[in-house]
Amino acid sequence: MNTSPLKKFAVAALLAGTFFTASAALKVGDTLPDLATFHLEGKLPDALKGKVVIVDFWASWCAPCARSFPVLDELQKKYGDKLVIVAVNVDEKKANMDKFLEKHAVSFTVVRDGDQKLVAVAEPATMPTSFVLDGEGKVRFLHNGFHGEDTRKEYITEIESLLK
Amino acid sequence: MKPMKNKAFFLLASAMLMVGSGCANVKPWQRGTLADYTMRGDRDPLGKAQAEHIWFSREEASGGSGVGGGGCGCN
Repeated sequence: MNTSPLKKFAVAALLAGTFFTASAALKVGDTLPDLATFHLEGKLPDALKGKVVIVDFWASWCAPCARSFPVLDELQKKYGDKLVIVAVNVDEKKANMDKFLEKHAVSFTVVRDGDQKLVAVAEPATMPTSFVLDGEGKVRFLHNGFHGEDTRKEYITEIESLLK
Repeated sequence: MKPMKNKAFFLLASAMLMVGSGCANVKPWQRGTLADYTMRGDRDPLGKAQAEHIWFSREEASGGSGVGGGGCGCN
């Protein structure tokens, strides 16, 4: 085949571009990797298997995250042991997280992904992003951002459906 | 393609590739610095008013730099 160097170069550049931009974001149907392997700061809940789990990625500088916290706290209180919420903070400085938590005290688990390794695997598209998992650790629902009452209602519908 | 043309093309393509690869893609979880208050264009109302005044004097145009109220004067 007589391919010009120009075409060869263009194809190589395209392939290289595709390779480097390939995304491995966590999506519905995927299984969440074992959180214990990511050296997160803070204590993880003992058992997640068999429970509905919400893994929420948030940051102190994110205004919708602050609005989502009271709703998540309400859900944790409403569903008790049946629901486990793990809020994963991605702040670069721990002090920022601590300051935020002083203002927005919550009853659910908060851990910090200081190395940003877990978040790099999950690749949330927005801040906040939450993954709703079933009892087997599979992502069943995904929330990009927090949209107030709409998101709250969606959470309740999804949790109820997974608890059935 | 002639060898000279080929060389020029490769040089140009390589230069473009190098410039293109210099663009950084800031991930959503890395926007802490960009979300900082100091990055806001309207953090200093006096400075903004002065800049607007200079712009108006020089360009005979004002507004349009914020979210609400464009330069149409309709508000």
